[in-house]
Amino acid sequence: MISTSLQTYAETLRFPPTLVPAVPQWENFVRAMSAGPFMTYARNSVIITLSILVIQLLVMIPAAYAFAKYRFRGKTVMFSMILLAFMIPGQVTFIPVYLMMADWGVIKTLIPQIIPFMSNAFGIFLLRQYFMQTPEEIIEAARLDNASEFQIIWRIMTPMALPALATVVLFSFVSHWNDYFWPLVMTDSTGVRPLPVGISMLKETEGISNWHIIMAANVVLVIPILLVYTFCSKYIVRAFVYSGIK
Amino acid sequence: MSRNRLWGKLRPYVMIGPAMAGIILFVIYPVLYLIYLSFFKYNLLNKAKSKFIGLDNYSQIFSRADFYKTLWNTCLYTVGVVVLTMVLSLLVAVWLSNSTKFNSLIQVGIFTPHIISIVSISLVWLWMMDPNVGYLNYILKSLGLPPSQWLQSSKTALGSIILVSVWHSIGYYALIMVAAIKGISKDIFEAADIDGASKLRVLLRITIPMISPQLFFILIIMTIGSFKVFDTVRIMTGGGPNKATETLVYYIYEFRTTNIGYASATGVVLMAAIAVLTVVYFRMLSKKVHYS
Repeated sequence: MISTSLQTYAETLRFPPTLVPAVPQWENFVRAMSAGPFMTYARNSVIITLSILVIQLLVMIPAAYAFAKYRFRGKTVMFSMILLAFMIPGQVTFIPVYLMMADWGVIKTLIPQIIPFMSNAFGIFLLRQYFMQTPEEIIEAARLDNASEFQIIWRIMTPMALPALATVVLFSFVSHWNDYFWPLVMTDSTGVRPLPVGISMLKETEGISNWHIIMAANVVLVIPILLVYTFCSKYIVRAFVYSGIK
Repeated sequence: MSRNRLWGKLRPYVMIGPAMAGIILFVIYPVLYLIYLSFFKYNLLNKAKSKFIGLDNYSQIFSRADFYKTLWNTCLYTVGVVVLTMVLSLLVAVWLSNSTKFNSLIQVGIFTPHIISIVSISLVWLWMMDPNVGYLNYILKSLGLPPSQWLQSSKTALGSIILVSVWHSIGYYALIMVAAIKGISKDIFEAADIDGASKLRVLLRITIPMISPQLFFILIIMTIGSFKVFDTVRIMTGGGPNKATETLVYYIYEFRTTNIGYASATGVVLMAAIAVLTVVYFRMLSKKVHYS
């Protein structure tokens, strides 16, 4: 069954249920790509996913460090807000966020698909745990060597937290690349849609019987994930399981 | 010196600032705004014409048959997915935890569906469940069984969606359970072995109680996750046929443009439902869960 999900893309190129296509129909890919603004969808997907990753890392690392190593007023309140945010689903808040974005006049851009994810509550939580485990002596030693806090964070703490960071990055990449709900409710024009929404729209425009085209498009959606997965399958499995056990 | 001290006091806030701004702006504030909206008959074209109607949206929700239908579907879906996934992934996990090379290969494979976009998965299954050209009916026919209408009939549609969701998540939960089972001390199993306990007895009396904290965690995560089901419904059935697969989030989604106040009120109800579920779970189960 599992392997079916990988094989089907090739198999779907044939109409009656035959397991292996007699002649691979490569031109389906070409047709899929020209069936809609396919390249636009792909470009949007890449821009959105990468921007989210970069912004999240920049926002998350200092925040997690401050939560782990500094004492200041309001820390507990702020941290519980982060945990609360972790539990509130986007399926509940999408209407007010959409109205806000409409007020700001950015609905026709990629911004509504990027900015709401700037704070990764799960990532801050995980990274904070990790930072808390690193010994105080290392930081003290660096301070004696006149390293600025900025240097300590980016030169010492971040490299040491690479396993936790990788977990967060993989998790974030997979979920935003695959995300369907949020882009669906935040977009109303093809120009800003990412692949998952674009492909599901393809089903509507191409008609239900053109399975081979839809599946060809589908392959393009799945390939980046599978590539990442094959290169770091052990790591990705560990990341997901780790996030599940916690 | 004093400048340095001031900076030392401000620094944590500067570092946390962006993260907090994101959380407040895109989570906390929207929740409050959602509750505010739920008291209005909102006019999307002309905000000034929006009318405060108090609790009318809420009384409307609880007097509408389609809401109850949606709620019922969501509950059925949740129970179906949670029970099936729990049982099946536990069995898979027990089987996988006897580690051999073959099993580690399976582990990698079984996890794959979880990281593939639900859009792809839904589309592939949609195609497989096609009553005329799909694989599933082809298989049923070659086994001499009657073909099914799958998603096309209101009797089987919800079940078909449950099937897809279970397939999507078994691998993930099985792996969490495998990790938990591997954490159990080997001595206990050996002792049971010496006592001549049957495999079923070991499963019921040792494995399940020992990993109950993880099972409990999975139960909560999965119930909340299932309660928010949307993607598969939107892609595979669009809530049909005859509203047989319409779930809460899909319901909210449908009202998002036509009646924002009503959709918001339903959103508040969904949020409350999720909160209640979590609390109930903790109350009911935390006593029975074994913590070693």
